[in-house]
Amino acid sequence: MPTPILKKEILIPGKTSKMLLKAPDIACKARPGHFVMLRMSPSGERIPLTIADADAENGEITIVYLVLGKSTALLEQLNEGDSILDVCGPLGKPTNIVKQGTVICVGGGTGIAAMHHIAKGHKKAGNRVVAIIGARSKDLLLFENELKSFADEVLVSTDDGSYGHKGLVTELLEARLKSDKDVKEVVAVGPVPMMDAVAKCTRPFEVPTTVSLNPIMVDGIGMCGACRVSVGGETRFACVDGPEFDGHKVDFAELRRRLGAYRKQEEVSFEKLNQEGAGNGK
Amino acid sequence: MENKKPAKKIAERVPMPCQPPLERAHNFMEVALGYTGEMAMKEASRCLQCKKPKCVSGCPVEVPIRDFIKQVADGNLAEAYKIINSTNSLPAVCGRVCPQENQCEGKCVLLAKGQPIAIGRLERFVADSHNAEMAAKPATEMAACKIPDSAKKVACLGSGPSSLTCAGVCAAAGLKVDVFEALHEAGGVLIYGIPAFRLPKDVVATEINGLRDMGVDFNLNHVGGRTVDIDDLLKKYSAVFIGVGAGLPVFLGVPGENLVGVFSANEYLTRVNLGRAYNFPGEDTPVYIGRNVTVFGAGNVAMDAARTALRMGAENVHIVYRRTREEMPARREEIEHAEEEGVKFTMLSSPVRFNGDENLNLKSVTLQKMQLGEPDASGRRRPVPIEGEVYDLDTDLAIVALGTRSNPILLDATPNLRQNKWGYIEADPETGETSIPNVFAGGDIVTGAATVILAMGAGRRAGQEIVRRLAGQF
Repeated sequence: MPTPILKKEILIPGKTSKMLLKAPDIACKARPGHFVMLRMSPSGERIPLTIADADAENGEITIVYLVLGKSTALLEQLNEGDSILDVCGPLGKPTNIVKQGTVICVGGGTGIAAMHHIAKGHKKAGNRVVAIIGARSKDLLLFENELKSFADEVLVSTDDGSYGHKGLVTELLEARLKSDKDVKEVVAVGPVPMMDAVAKCTRPFEVPTTVSLNPIMVDGIGMCGACRVSVGGETRFACVDGPEFDGHKVDFAELRRRLGAYRKQEEVSFEKLNQEGAGNGK
Repeated sequence: MENKKPAKKIAERVPMPCQPPLERAHNFMEVALGYTGEMAMKEASRCLQCKKPKCVSGCPVEVPIRDFIKQVADGNLAEAYKIINSTNSLPAVCGRVCPQENQCEGKCVLLAKGQPIAIGRLERFVADSHNAEMAAKPATEMAACKIPDSAKKVACLGSGPSSLTCAGVCAAAGLKVDVFEALHEAGGVLIYGIPAFRLPKDVVATEINGLRDMGVDFNLNHVGGRTVDIDDLLKKYSAVFIGVGAGLPVFLGVPGENLVGVFSANEYLTRVNLGRAYNFPGEDTPVYIGRNVTVFGAGNVAMDAARTALRMGAENVHIVYRRTREEMPARREEIEHAEEEGVKFTMLSSPVRFNGDENLNLKSVTLQKMQLGEPDASGRRRPVPIEGEVYDLDTDLAIVALGTRSNPILLDATPNLRQNKWGYIEADPETGETSIPNVFAGGDIVTGAATVILAMGAGRRAGQEIVRRLAGQF
């Protein structure tokens, strides 16, 4: 049964939107860290998206996406009142959340939205949550207000210095780890280079670091192994063993290469969509 | 001369018409074209109509084979279909994908004289004829479907062969059945696994629509253990059948296995079959294109992957197996078809490592030559390495088809579901009931990777037990 879009909020025009979906079966089971698989059209590809928020009472989930290729472009064409053809979940293992003290949650790009659900879970469990979020510039920064509504602190960095600290999230993270010896865990969600950098940053401080990985997936339920990642020299399936793993053990270089396996075909698909769109006068 | 009657000469088995090998190696249309009515009657008339037919005992769902063949020989196709359908709810599928040589045809008395009755081909012919006739009939002429008894509901998790069979048995007895499927299309392995050139997707759709007509509802995008769990279902349903399939693909455990270009057969086939990647970019799901393809394994899935790679434009496709041709577990017909289409068989070789370039793209695989040694626990001679005989095979796409292991999703979510030592669900061999009362299981999640028909046999036994308990039949 198609999943209705109750609300759509454009966060970065043409690039990133937030959708509130009516999905009671998923909402009542969704925990921080879970993801869903989506398919936008009968000829569409299945893609994974992390759940950014879930409201069991009202039967709603929130997704946030970055338009990267054809599937996300098709999603962006949908509006309030439309439905998404297939939404399946919640999938993956939920975040392991225990009451432990201070947890720093680092988010980059659309990863901030996924991190938001995890940070909320940590806050709910009684942890002190410090959110560190970054973007290229102020207008590309997501979910600052949502995080401010519950986090104990929200630190911001932008590449161009248009807002907050000028530089990278890892600079803010390193400074905080130096000044605060009581940080129990660092969670990072964002682009692969950012998660790689966060893991490198926390290693000398020996702070446990959890990263939420975003490899290519086909089914999302353990059947195919497209999403396999090397963690501590062992092959793991992100969809059933993850998507969260110990950041100090993940082979990020391999993950980056595997993410590029279909780059050429992805470009062909996207190009075709853009041409068809132009032809239809859209 | 008069008093010694010569033994009745048995006619040759009627060959199956097929698409020519070099033509079909480039399309996804069905390879075996099916018997004509004339061919089917001729083949059926070879049957000796044994008093005690052994073929039936070779069939996991006990199709009354002799009786349906008699009807085919007499030209009564409607009656033949009724007989098959009395125990088999997916005959158009089974006629195509069952390993008949190890089952019904393996028990046929004519085997001793050379060629057994082509039972699978006849089953397919009867089912296809029935489906064609039904498709041509206006809906008003169809038999009114039974109104299901909605007080007694059955939930089936998964929509592969075992679940579909269980659903069919329950629905035929008037029980309301709801099927929950994790993917966006129903059919399980029949849809994502077996390629269209061996099992056309409209054949599967017809069988599933037949169940819909019986009042079975399909809930797609519902993952057992995630979207729905067993406890929830037991509150709404009188019985639950678990037929979620085996799941996680097994890899080789050799270095370089995560290079770009190394895939599980499950991924490769799911992209092409479920995602219809053969029609990319008309369909959005891409598949990795390889010029020199190497497939590891020798079962039906390996044959499917190799033949799919040919159809996706590969120049060379090698099947690499550590034993010899005799030990290959695939259906004989699949091996023959693969060879005719140009798949090369590299026997007695085992992968040592995958080699990639600086961008982690697969370039070659290093193989170790093997020889057969002493028999192992399975009774087959164990392959042992020949020291020093190691060589590289150029390959840019490797497909690993070594089977699957238990999928943990449902099992982790249901701790009170007892598992066996291999991590599959423990189920009563007679009834399929698990350690949770009124929860049944069958198919690959109980046995590990097996065949469509064995899964159907398990679905049928469980379905009959459910009907016995809920409707007092059987």
